[in-house]
Amino acid sequence: MKKKGFIRINSELCKGCGLCITACLKGSIRISNKLNMKGYHPAEYIENEKSKNRKCTGCALCAITCPDIAIEVFRD
Amino acid sequence: MAKQVFKRPDAIKENVFHYCPGCGHSIIHRLVAEVIDELGIRDKTVGVPPAGCAVLAYNYINVDMGEAPHGRAIAVATGIKRARPELIVFTYQGDGDIAAIGTAETIHAANRGERLSVIFVNNGVYGMTGGQMAPTTLLGQTTTTTPGGRLPLRDGFPLDLSQMLAVANGSVYIERTAVTSPKNIIKAKKAIKKAFQVQMDDLGFALVEVLSQCPTNWKLSPVEACRRVEEEVMQNYPLGIIKDTTHKGD
Repeated sequence: MKKKGFIRINSELCKGCGLCITACLKGSIRISNKLNMKGYHPAEYIENEKSKNRKCTGCALCAITCPDIAIEVFRD
Repeated sequence: MAKQVFKRPDAIKENVFHYCPGCGHSIIHRLVAEVIDELGIRDKTVGVPPAGCAVLAYNYINVDMGEAPHGRAIAVATGIKRARPELIVFTYQGDGDIAAIGTAETIHAANRGERLSVIFVNNGVYGMTGGQMAPTTLLGQTTTTTPGGRLPLRDGFPLDLSQMLAVANGSVYIERTAVTSPKNIIKAKKAIKKAFQVQMDDLGFALVEVLSQCPTNWKLSPVEACRRVEEEVMQNYPLGIIKDTTHKGD
């Protein structure tokens, strides 16, 4: 099986700047409709860490770009 | 079993950054913390933050910090390093701090070859006070004190501090980097690591200039601000190693 990864975004740390969305090569991140406690629309991970056919490879480019260290990256 | 490949560095405290969305400061704080973790020098590192947006850096980077008056970070760091040469001393300064108010001590510290690692964050405006013109502001750039754009005969020309310091004989390593894309961020981290390494090897003055985005005061979105750095700012301040005499070993 090909190696896959997944991310976890802490929506309370995220300020919705959108830099991770431009960094993600697979388009797996979008801005959420929900608001967090600070009043920002945080980024959200489209895929589910349990799904088998997710596109995320765990390259961590989103986490490298994230100014607020809101993203944790995991690989299978 | 999933393995974690990216987590919060140990040298960053749990506090939430006070910076605006998309600000380059928080990325650079993380890079400094990662470098301190990788070199394993957290217990003997002392930082000197500037006056400016990053004045609260001691709330985030988990090392000893000593605050300095505006522009005097390098003078304070010189004192710390000379009194306790075994410590690793870095300063973290903005362009208004290092290139305007602290020009005198910065040039002389570089000329004396003080063993310091200097992180110089260049976003072209005075960010904390509301986006006034700084010495590094580009020609034609609109700020609150140059509403019609910076004019050379009225406001002077942009100051390239890194080039100035490269002329000083005491400086051994000067590089200009940016934090606009993952590629540039990885390069910036390498440069910051080398600046710390130069100090640990007792070679001389090391400075890393980081071109940073200021979406709030440029009145752009974070993504547009990154594009502006890449399209406009990098034309005036090209990236790359400006001076590196570390291989000579003196």
